Amino acid sequence: MALVEARDLVKRFGSLTAVDGISFAVDRAEVVGFLGPNGAGKSTAMKIISGFLEPTSGQAYIEGYNSHSQPIEARRRLGYLPEGAPAYSDMSVADFLGFIAGMHGLSKRQANDRLAELVERIGLTEVWNQRIDALSKGFKRRVGIAQALVHDPDVLILDEPTDGLDPNQKHEVRRLISTMPEKAIVISTHILEEVDAVCTRAIVIAGGRVLADSTPGVLAARSRHHNAVRLELAVNGHDPVAALLRLPGVEAVEPIEDIDGSALMIFPREGQSIIAEVTDLIRTARWPVTALRVERGRLDDVFRAITLPSA
Amino acid sequence: MHSTLVIFRRELQSYFATPLAYVFIVIFLLMAGALAFFLGNFFERGQADLQPFFSFHPWLYLVLIPALAMRLWAEERKSGTIELFLTLPISMASAVLGKFLASWAFAGIALLLTFPFWITVNYLGNPDNGVIVASYIGSFLMAGAFLAIGAALSALTKNQVIAFVVTAAVCFLFTVSGSPIVLGFLKSWAPESLLATVASFSFLTHFNAIVRGVIDLRDAVFFLSVIALFLFANTVLVELKKAD
Repeated sequence: MALVEARDLVKRFGSLTAVDGISFAVDRAEVVGFLGPNGAGKSTAMKIISGFLEPTSGQAYIEGYNSHSQPIEARRRLGYLPEGAPAYSDMSVADFLGFIAGMHGLSKRQANDRLAELVERIGLTEVWNQRIDALSKGFKRRVGIAQALVHDPDVLILDEPTDGLDPNQKHEVRRLISTMPEKAIVISTHILEEVDAVCTRAIVIAGGRVLADSTPGVLAARSRHHNAVRLELAVNGHDPVAALLRLPGVEAVEPIEDIDGSALMIFPREGQSIIAEVTDLIRTARWPVTALRVERGRLDDVFRAITLPSA
Repeated sequence: MHSTLVIFRRELQSYFATPLAYVFIVIFLLMAGALAFFLGNFFERGQADLQPFFSFHPWLYLVLIPALAMRLWAEERKSGTIELFLTLPISMASAVLGKFLASWAFAGIALLLTFPFWITVNYLGNPDNGVIVASYIGSFLMAGAFLAIGAALSALTKNQVIAFVVTAAVCFLFTVSGSPIVLGFLKSWAPESLLATVASFSFLTHFNAIVRGVIDLRDAVFFLSVIALFLFANTVLVELKKAD
């Protein structure tokens, strides 16, 4: 049984269809990234799965319990971090997490033990007794994540957990997520590097629909840049382009200017590996190469290609 | 229920976390005293009872109680914590009840702090303490009714000021529904039975009966029914407006 399951979720707000038939399942030890433009329906889908909103049609399950018809059982097994990590700003971190622990039915003793553990793990020691409205954004997020972990649920749903954090803070959050391999985790994000860094699977959502569902590697391979070769030559005067275009595996050659300088980008046909034939050609033609690199597929290319309506 | 208690404690604690609690209590006590002694001619009357004190309670509550209720749901919706709150494993009923009971307990605390009046009147004369106890209970129930209305209305908006004003207006209608202000509007076209029904909603009628010493269970039932009705409305309204 999948720990999280969505079946044909549809949500309409009046004439606006926010979610238009989303289905997927997440198992233990999976970290699934919900990827999509703003307004794609990621948050709405998460709100339905967590039981905050009722779907217009379709069902969502947490460990087999229906979010809508069995809300209490479903929510007991779920740790949810809403977008923006809301918390009661007039409470101290300690009081707030104590409140959440109480709401999850932990006894005073259990709560104390659990919180002592969480404080260490999430790094909240220095702000433990501060009021939440006095905390920086990074700490507020950590409190939000702590709140989702208080009852040690098997399922975590985190809505944009690193949004607005600085690179160090982002790294901290991602590191934390990677220390929980026994859970089923769903993260929504539009930070593509996060998908690479943390997710075992990526689901691309746009216009309320699932447009792709596979591992980051497979998705990246759909990119035009996958297995492309970036070539820098020392001096002009050669005409490498014509020679390169004659190679069987080469689809196109484009000059590029980027932060590393000017170079040629050699695009393969259908993402096949062309490095061997390119290096052979370089050796034969004795070109003065200053840099040579095989490119990885770029998720932002794939993202754009999938989510923007085709021209 | 355990979770109702947890919510109750949090909400009550939250009142005291800001100056709201202290400002409210001080102003309530000052106004109650000022109204009783000056407008109510407490000393000039020469009677050992607390009628001049209690008779102003509906008006005092009208102005102050919406301030206690306005934040119950409006603040949650505005700050986004409603999404956190309503995805915890609690039922809507215990959520609504927990918050309401916290506000009612706070009002109760403010009411209890008026005990010096009671001591004063016992020192100066020989009042019927049974009537005074009944009056306190009646006042407490009426406060509960105002709070239940306020809690339900605070679920309608994210703006606390709007919640306050609308609550005060609705409570005003309930308070004076037996008087010409409301009945006059209906007299020209409504049947007698409707007039009687609307008049029976009047908080003033029920409360004044208790304060004058006529202790009728039906008045208590009236206030409790208003509370129950508006708590139910509260659960419906929160559900309806949570996603906005």
